[in-house]
Amino acid sequence: MTETSPAQSATRGDAASIIEVEHLERTFHLSRTASVTALDDVSCALRAGTCLAVVGESGSGKSTLARVIVGLETADAGEVRIAGTPVRPTTSRRALHERAKLVQMVFQDPQGSLNRSLPVAATINEMLQAHRPDLDRAGRRARLLELFAEVGLTERHADAKPEALSGGQKQRVAIARALAAEPEVLVLDEAVSALDVSVQAQVLDLLKRLRSEHGLSYLFITHDLSVVRDIADDVVVMRTGRIIERGTVSDILDRPTDPYTRLLLASAPRPGWKPRRGLRDALSGGADRKS
Amino acid sequence: MTSQKPASEPGTGTRSQNTIAVQLLRKHRGDVPVSGWRLLRRRLGPVGVGSLIVIALVVLMAILAPIIAPYDPYAGAVTARHEAWSLAHPLGTDQSGRDILSRIIWGARTSLIGPTIVMIVTAVLATLLALTAVWFGGKVDAFISRILDILFAFPNMLLAILAVAIFGPSILTASLALAIGFVPYSARVIRSVALRERNLPYVASARLQGISGFLITVRHILPNVRTQILTGMTINFGYAMIELAALSFLGLGVQPPTPDWGLMVSNGQASLQQGFWEQSIFAGLAIVITVAAFGYVGEQLGGRRAAGRIR
Amino acid sequence: MLQVDSLVLTVTDPDSGQATEILHGNSFTLGSGEALGLVGESGSGKSMTLKCILGIEPSSARVEGSIELDGTDLLGSGGEELRRIRANDLALISQNPHGSLNPVLPVGRFLIEGMSDARSLPAAQARTRAAELLRQVGIDDAERVLRSYPHQLSGGMLQRVVIAGAMSGDPKLLLADEPTTALDVTTQAEVVAILDEKRREHGLSMIYVTHDLDLAAAICDRLAVMKDGEILEIGTPEEIRDRPKTEYTRALMSARPQLYPDGVPQQAPGTGPLTNTEDRA
Repeated sequence: MTETSPAQSATRGDAASIIEVEHLERTFHLSRTASVTALDDVSCALRAGTCLAVVGESGSGKSTLARVIVGLETADAGEVRIAGTPVRPTTSRRALHERAKLVQMVFQDPQGSLNRSLPVAATINEMLQAHRPDLDRAGRRARLLELFAEVGLTERHADAKPEALSGGQKQRVAIARALAAEPEVLVLDEAVSALDVSVQAQVLDLLKRLRSEHGLSYLFITHDLSVVRDIADDVVVMRTGRIIERGTVSDILDRPTDPYTRLLLASAPRPGWKPRRGLRDALSGGADRKS
Repeated sequence: MTSQKPASEPGTGTRSQNTIAVQLLRKHRGDVPVSGWRLLRRRLGPVGVGSLIVIALVVLMAILAPIIAPYDPYAGAVTARHEAWSLAHPLGTDQSGRDILSRIIWGARTSLIGPTIVMIVTAVLATLLALTAVWFGGKVDAFISRILDILFAFPNMLLAILAVAIFGPSILTASLALAIGFVPYSARVIRSVALRERNLPYVASARLQGISGFLITVRHILPNVRTQILTGMTINFGYAMIELAALSFLGLGVQPPTPDWGLMVSNGQASLQQGFWEQSIFAGLAIVITVAAFGYVGEQLGGRRAAGRIR
Repeated sequence: MLQVDSLVLTVTDPDSGQATEILHGNSFTLGSGEALGLVGESGSGKSMTLKCILGIEPSSARVEGSIELDGTDLLGSGGEELRRIRANDLALISQNPHGSLNPVLPVGRFLIEGMSDARSLPAAQARTRAAELLRQVGIDDAERVLRSYPHQLSGGMLQRVVIAGAMSGDPKLLLADEPTTALDVTTQAEVVAILDEKRREHGLSMIYVTHDLDLAAAICDRLAVMKDGEILEIGTPEEIRDRPKTEYTRALMSARPQLYPDGVPQQAPGTGPLTNTEDRA
């Protein structure tokens, strides 16, 4: 292990890691006979202050990994530690509140991320009431506007119902809500995937700014390699529940070694790209055609 | 345009004309909730609005019965039995010489109270069961679903007749028994909608904030299933009215001489054979019109699927 | 072959009666065998343009201008005739293949019924032809897929079936509405490659609607960049990329993060001939 690069040791876990994931296993039983292995001996780590991208296609287990890390899902085996504290299933209010201050999540679907019956201010307020008991009504309003300003929204948006906001604006509200708990880590599950290109660029810029201003760490779940290049420091590539390759962004995107990573890269449209039949067979030996 | 994400510069707030047009299209398809009376009017259509007016009139009739009824509904005159309709008795008189119009007006009270009890009790029980099942999931969900299945297999009328046999005939007993029979229909609908809500990311977000399951259910999920609850209530009201009328007809619900539409249909039966059709037919019409109005409003509000039953 | 002239689409709000113009008089032409990419963000009107050509615009909408397919105005009168032209000469590949396939029938029926209706083939022959079509779109176990129901197949597989179905009717014009947006990136690459290859083989014209400029550039002869119901510019992919005429096109291209911002490295997979770089597989 002495010869590994800093990044490689980092994605495997060391003292400076804010999230450490060790040997996670998770199998979903669809019926008595059918089951899907979503996580198969997954270990990785997020270095404090950096962005770790988890890359994979649908069914790779990347979203399950995110949900297990934040505690929305429990693993069959293995351990997740955030800032040294193990994430365990709990109903204790205090434990849940403490975890909320460590990690928050932003989801893919801007529409479903906000309660459509509530004005967005109420959504944020609920968060502030839970995590900032020191603030009174006026204080919460002030903090809300502060958070809104941070994500590029104004007071006018605060009292709107979600339906009156655009997708990008909804996603900004979701980010503001996550920030309200003042967490150390944001888990972003395809958080920019549903957005239009121009809006996506703005939200990515916002995320980069927030990271540098607040020293946030990101676990960035995505299928989009261009976005990985834009925001991530380290990458793990997942496929059918396993991590098949890991390294720095430039390791993975410029010098991939795994055939599947190469297939992912070869399939991504980019200027000058042409689609070609049979890439999958050429790159992975055709061993695993999905039907 | 298939996409749900209007492209606009966040912060500028002015959605482009096209985005508004997309919203219009989506609204036209019923995707975008529009609040208030306009939504109601569009959902209901002209017939629905008419039905709503009928319902309002029936309720008003029940409330104002002492003022608008021309006669005492209990007071009959042996001399005035089976009178045909006239200016003095617009709908004629019954076998005891009581004014049928007055009895229909007063009957609105008893005929509405039973379904109201059924509607409210069903909604409360169904919502409680459905939300409990959805929040706890797993074994709790399976257990509640099993109970609902068993109730589901049990004919409502049989349940009501059983209850009346044990506790004696009364409108309260019959209504409560019916309400229990109605619960599985409503609970299933509410459960499926609530389950969809529970799986939306905003609920996951609330969980990550450390908010308790009870608060999430009450504050977040409940408001988003209220349409289904209200629709179910409207539709249940109509069905309850028919079934309670049937129970009264069988002598298991409202007891004579209380004026009640179902009972009046039953009372008029003997006279019907003698050619005095007024009582049964007018009481029956009152039931049919009211039930149809409730049924139509309910179906328009939530569609047949939301009603949870196809009969 | 296809000539769209000052296409205006107006939608009226049923409540307020307020009319909103969605497409503002767009014109473009499509040559025989040509592929045109309609590129834009959501709300740009790209899908609506397609719907107008197909005649499936919303009922509260009014379409003005003209859409001529080989000299026939698709917006003109003559309902039955137009319906027949649309059914025979146009083929739609939409984002959601489930919309095109009947969930309670095996996909074979979809292919075969389409064919025997169109060209009155005997059933056995039609079945062989259907299997043949599936093989052409890269489905090796065609017999099994013919017997499968839509829910048993993956999105990529279904989209190939839809493409095979589109080809079977010998249409003149292929209309693709974000056909690969819901697919995984590796599946998208394969499906797009198949679509591109089959289209060229059959010499079909195509309108390809997408939000992905790079994807459209890879398979289209010309691109039309749309914004807020207007076509801002039309040009070859090279013209659009190297000499964009509008600020918006420039912004659209720079907004998208680049996979290889410093140029494509030599060993990037999928750039060279397959045999050179992929030996390790």
